[in-house]
Parts: sequence; C-alpha cells; structure tokens
Amino acid sequence: MPLLVAKHVTKRYGQQTLALDDMSFSIEKGEFVAIIGPSGAGKSTLLRCINRMIEMSSGDMFFNDVSINNLRGTDLRHHRTQIGMIFQHYNLVNRLSVIENVLHGRLGYKSTLAGMIGLYTEEEKRQAIDILTTLGLEEQIYKRCDQLSGGQKQRVGIARALIQNPQMILCDEPIASLDPSAAKIIMDTLKDINQRLGITVIVNLHQVDVALRYAHRLIGVNRGKIIFDGSPRAIVNEQIYQIYGSEAGELILDLEDSYAKA
Amino acid sequence: MLKLDFFARQRLIFAGAFALVIGISYGSIMVTEYDVVKGITSIPKAFSWLAENFIPNDAAMKRLPKILEKLQETILVSISSATVASALALIVALLGSNTTRINQGFSIFARGTATIFRNIDVSAWALILLFSFGQSSFTGYFALFFVTFGFMVRVLIETIDEVSSESVEALRATGASYTSIITQSVIPSCIPQMVSWILFMIETNIRSATLVGILTGTGIGFSFDLYYKSMNYSAASLVILVIVITVLIIEFFSNSVRRAVL
Repeated sequence: MPLLVAKHVTKRYGQQTLALDDMSFSIEKGEFVAIIGPSGAGKSTLLRCINRMIEMSSGDMFFNDVSINNLRGTDLRHHRTQIGMIFQHYNLVNRLSVIENVLHGRLGYKSTLAGMIGLYTEEEKRQAIDILTTLGLEEQIYKRCDQLSGGQKQRVGIARALIQNPQMILCDEPIASLDPSAAKIIMDTLKDINQRLGITVIVNLHQVDVALRYAHRLIGVNRGKIIFDGSPRAIVNEQIYQIYGSEAGELILDLEDSYAKA
Repeated sequence: MLKLDFFARQRLIFAGAFALVIGISYGSIMVTEYDVVKGITSIPKAFSWLAENFIPNDAAMKRLPKILEKLQETILVSISSATVASALALIVALLGSNTTRINQGFSIFARGTATIFRNIDVSAWALILLFSFGQSSFTGYFALFFVTFGFMVRVLIETIDEVSSESVEALRATGASYTSIITQSVIPSCIPQMVSWILFMIETNIRSATLVGILTGTGIGFSFDLYYKSMNYSAASLVILVIVITVLIIEFFSNSVRRAVL
C-alpha cells in the first residue's frame, strides 16, 4: 500500500494561472523523492497540497488510504501531525529558545488549553534534547534562535519536524539559503533520517546535482505538469532540458559531471 | 543622445515643481494679505512678551499641588486609555491580519473600523463625545481610547504580518490549533514591537490629553485653559512646564523599557 497517492491533483490560482495541472503519482513508504523544476513550476504548491496548507481545486490525495480532502478540524490537525515540514527560511520563532522551537512540533498533539499555555511533558522535553543532541546542537539548546547560523537554524527546523514522530517529511527548498557545507550537512541529515528512521522524505530542490546524488526517485515538473518520474539514473540530458525549458548547453549542469562527482 | 534627454527631462520636472511651489506660496500670501516682513519681525516681540509674562512666580507655585492633582488625572487617563485600547486592538488585529485572520470578511471589517477610528482626529472625537458624556473624564478617556484603538489595530496588523507569518505557517503545518499558534508564535514574536507601540501611544496620549482637556474641561488641559483665560499667565506657564517635564520623564522611562525588551 503506497503511503501517498495523488489522483488528478489540479490547483488554479484565480481563473488564469494553473499551478498544478492534473498531477498523478504515488509514493511508497521509505522513499526519498526529489522534486525538481524551474521557479514557478508548482513545486511548493504541490508540497503544500499534501498537508493541506493549500487547498487543491480538483482531484484528491490519499494518505494511508484516507482521502485528505474531506478532513476537517481535529482530523485535519491529526493529518498534519503525521507530516513534518521544513522551510527555506526555517520559519522559527526567532525570539524563543531552540528547545521551545523544537517543542512547537508537539503542539499538534495538544489539547487547546495545554497548547495555549505551552504545557509539555517531561518525556517530550527529554525527547527534544535527545533529538537536538543527535543533530549536534547540544550546546545550543537554551540559546535564542536569532543567535544561530543558517545551518543550525535549519537543523532546529528538522528537530521540530522529527519530534512530531512523522511518517513523512516535506522539505521546501531546505538548502536554498545555505552555504555549500551547511547544505551538505542538511542533506546528509535528511538522508540519515530517511535510512535510519524509515521516514519518507520529499524534497523540493533547485540544485539538480544534489537531487541526483541523494534521491531514490526524481519527479521533474514544469508548468504544473510532471515531465519525468523515475530513478535519477534513468534521466537523460534531454529530459532535464525539457523540465527547465532550456536548450542543450544552457544549463550549468551536465549529467556526466554529476555522475562523476557521485 | 537619449541619455542626455533623460537628464534634461529630470531637471525640467524639478524646475517645474519648484516653480509651482513658489507660485502657490506667493498666491497664498497675496490672497491672505500676509505681510512677510512684519510677520518675521514680530517673532522677537512675541518672545519678549513670553519672557515677561510666562514666568512662574511665587503665587503660581502655591497652585502647584492643585496642578499636580490635575496632572495625575491626565496621566492616569492616558495610560488606562492606551493600555485598554491596545488590548482590544490586539484582538481585532489578530482577526484582521492576513496571517491570523479567520475569514476575509472580518479582516476587511476590522481594517475598515480601524481606519475610521484612526482618521477622525482626537479633538474631533472629543467634541463628538462631549454630547454624550458632557464635561467629564470619560469624554477625554474615550476620545483617546478610540484614536489609540484605531492606530494600534493598524500597527499591530502590520507587525503580525511582518514578524510572524513564517512561523505561523510552520506551526499550522505541525497541526497546532489556532489558539496555540497565537500564544506560542504570534505573541512571542510581536512582543517587542507591541510594547514599544503601547509606550509610544502613552506618550502621544499625554500630549493629546492636554488638548483634549482644553476641549472637554478636564485634567491638566482644563487647568491651563482656566489660568490662561483668567490671564494668570504665570500659573499657565507653570502648567506648561509641568507638562513638558512629565513628557520628558515618561519618554526617558519608556526608552529604557524599550532597550530592555528589544
């Protein structure tokens, strides 16, 4: 049984703009999927349809065989607790400490009152510290987030997603604002989460070479349509040009180079 | 050739605007029959009159306890109107901001109400409310309350959208409830700006309370009006001095609070 099935998912903004155009695919548990495509191709919209941060215009998605379009209130909140999300700009509360930001990942499981006053159990606090230690942030636990570097902030973002005990993690351009070495740490962490914890990871990426190196599976999108869906090994230059709508030789990347690096 | 035209055009526009301003000024002087030379030469005369009459003397100092009593009333009205209006404004701003609104209809309603309250001047409010509450502290209180409310709604809506939209998205994605998102993300992010604006409104209210007092016959403004109209200039000047000192003290105090919070 696939973890996630998308059936004819379409998203329109207004009358004219078609962000997602009849997309269908399914993702198995434990996969590491990279979504590549030019800016405005619909990558972010697609990711946000999975946890219903954006409502699709037509079509449906099934998470563990449950249709997500009909979820309301508590059911929708429960659906979101199953899916962690990581953002390009980390989306932390900068004035709060690292551990408070990590514990925010537990809010989805809280009753209204406990969530409102931020009441966390000792078990949750211990788990937060464990996760931060695994991610190499044990010295930053009580620091305020605005004192951290970009790479550290993104690791806090990952910790916040992990403490949800999610089945799937969505990453929206997780390394787009990071330098190459911090980017490598983040991608290695995501790979480790995928392999060690068996959490399904879906990553939106701008860097095709990174996608080729880390992902089990590549989904190439352009103008809301899936152009390529398969193993990174199976993709050829012509398909990459088609995804980015460019001519041969216009991209920085050529496949032979990135295979040589991998 | 083209570049030259561009710069020549810029200069022409500037010269035209300058000529227009001069023209309007000259026209206004002609219409009002204002004598520029007489206007400027009478400034020193005004100051020497001030120096002769507006000096607090012993008789004025005897009235100091009475003045301070009125001052206390003004300060308390300013602080209470600023804080209570801000608390109410926070609720309306949460419902009105793009990040935390419940639906668009209420957002438009909240912004519209705030615009109306803000754009009616505090003295106009005082005159309107004079009909309902007569010459009492209530009139001044509500005049300051309405203006503060309108201003704070506007400012808080902008603060919420600017400071917390990213972390709100992240918390929504974890499945957190609306109230948890507000208390755990929006309020911690906005606190420094919120405190800073409330202090600003207290300062502004003390300044406007003087004017409102003249109109509504309450507080320190009334004292000034009374002494001034009975030509007791030395006591009137003491009132002004007391107001200036109070505003300076409050500003000093709020600046130190700001430094501590930010």
